[in-house]
Amino acid sequence: MSIAATTAREVTAQLATGKSKDRTVGSLVFLCALWFSLFFGVMVLVALIASTAIKGAPRFDAELLTNYTSIVRPETAGFRAGILGSLWLMLFTAIMAVPLGIAAAVYLEEFADPNKPWNRLIEVNLQNLAAVPSIVYGLLAVAVMALLGFDDAGIVLGGALALALLILPVIIITTREAVRAVPREIRDGSLALGATVWQTTWRQTLPSAVPGIATGTILGLSRAIGEAAPLVVVGLAGSVLFDPEGMMSKVTALPMQIYSLTSQSREELREAASAAIIVLLVMILGLNALAIYIRNKFQRSW
Amino acid sequence: MANPPATATTSVDKPIVGSLSEVHADADRPLPAHPVTTVMEARDLNVFYGDFHAVHDVNLAYGRNEITAMIGPSGCGKSTVLRCLNRMNDLVTGARVEGQVLYHDQDIYAKGVDPIAVRTHIGMVFQKPNPFPKSIYDNIAYGPRVTGMKVDSMDDLVEEALRGAALWDEVKDKLKQSAYGLSGGQQQRLCIARTIATKPDVILMDEPCSALDPIATARVEDLMIDLRKDYTIIVVTHNMQQAARVSDRTAFFTARPDETTGNRTGLLVEYDLTSKIFSNPGDKRTEDYISGRFG
Repeated sequence: MSIAATTAREVTAQLATGKSKDRTVGSLVFLCALWFSLFFGVMVLVALIASTAIKGAPRFDAELLTNYTSIVRPETAGFRAGILGSLWLMLFTAIMAVPLGIAAAVYLEEFADPNKPWNRLIEVNLQNLAAVPSIVYGLLAVAVMALLGFDDAGIVLGGALALALLILPVIIITTREAVRAVPREIRDGSLALGATVWQTTWRQTLPSAVPGIATGTILGLSRAIGEAAPLVVVGLAGSVLFDPEGMMSKVTALPMQIYSLTSQSREELREAASAAIIVLLVMILGLNALAIYIRNKFQRSW
Repeated sequence: MANPPATATTSVDKPIVGSLSEVHADADRPLPAHPVTTVMEARDLNVFYGDFHAVHDVNLAYGRNEITAMIGPSGCGKSTVLRCLNRMNDLVTGARVEGQVLYHDQDIYAKGVDPIAVRTHIGMVFQKPNPFPKSIYDNIAYGPRVTGMKVDSMDDLVEEALRGAALWDEVKDKLKQSAYGLSGGQQQRLCIARTIATKPDVILMDEPCSALDPIATARVEDLMIDLRKDYTIIVVTHNMQQAARVSDRTAFFTARPDETTGNRTGLLVEYDLTSKIFSNPGDKRTEDYISGRFG
């Protein structure tokens, strides 16, 4: 028998042992633990959504979206005011938070000298601000509105201000990441052609960062749309029987309505609240899906 | 440059010989057949990154319509010197430049000199092809647009630049397509075309072929030799064969470790005609490097 054949057989014996070191008892137990953790996390979520959906099922009708809430006729109570109110709040939140957030992020990434102590202070603070409980932003918004001399509580401007303050750090942080992801070479290429830093930022960096900025903004808004706590503090009503008409209009929001209805004794109203939770979830999932779509569609690999 | 330095830029071109002989003693060699005058000159150039002394006392003159190669081992400061020549080092936090960089007798580090204007005269091509995420056409048109160049016909300018970079025939039917669809070598020639579209005087190239395959490298090298008749080219390269093939003069840099800190400071060892450097170098360190005994 040749040496080569012997070697081949020895190698085969070593490789084809029929067992794998990836399949020891310890690793299988660990794998099961991982599966269980995953299963547990997902199941809790599924159970929550399913029970809410079942509870709200009788109320999945057009009236849920088109009617106002009514104590007199709870079986046809709708969330028209809350849905429209949430949309108005989102619009003004975006108007306030997006330009400010992008501008702040671009300053910090492209113009600020990272070695200056005040810029480092801003850096640290931004990270902390993103972790501040949302109710604190509600208090801040109340103070700002009082300082600005608005007497009315619970108007679109106040609610949007609270939500804008809430998501501003999120927008700044995600925009900075998007801007940072634009390679240095693109900036160098632009500057080496005689473009100014300003031109480079406007014509190269920002356009390239738009998908990332859009994704971060939408995720920030989807966080804001589900918030009730800061809106409670700002004084938004739990129920409003008219559509919002402008920044100064009294308004409610979907989470506010859900919050106020779940504490009602009437079964029909709690049913309506469950249905409204599903509506809110659909809105949030829709926003997140849009963010994922934008990210996948426009994301560039450098 | 639109401000006062403009008068200086168009003034005297002085012979390179004087500066060269300071670097290398026997200046009685025959110079290249074409007339040689200094376009740029580094005088006592020192570069620091924070406390780190990156480049020590470089004196180097670059001749008009020549290709000057800067070679040397990694960390010898050759790229740093190159980036000083159009003030790209300004963009590095903590970078400090001492000494002078003369461009037609104007110190580009003097007070009142606008680095943006400097870069329109002294263009740069980078190591990794870095086209903008735009169409081929817009890549070329970008420079003239941002600098506000007076252009009669942008289409003509784009064609001229692409022809200048020997890329026109390959891309003339897809000018509106993304530059990212081009091959690496085409992208690098596009970057060269983009640079010449702003009509610079000097083109700096920082290892322009290190990310390219041999065939693309050969095309870029041919292009460099073509461009020499209209532009002054200063190229940093790791590739000694490339320096030997394309350059008229070669500057050899090396890194000297500091005895106390161990930091390596780059310095110029020898600067001469390329043929001389590669056949009969005047310094032992150059000889060791080009013969492969070191670096």
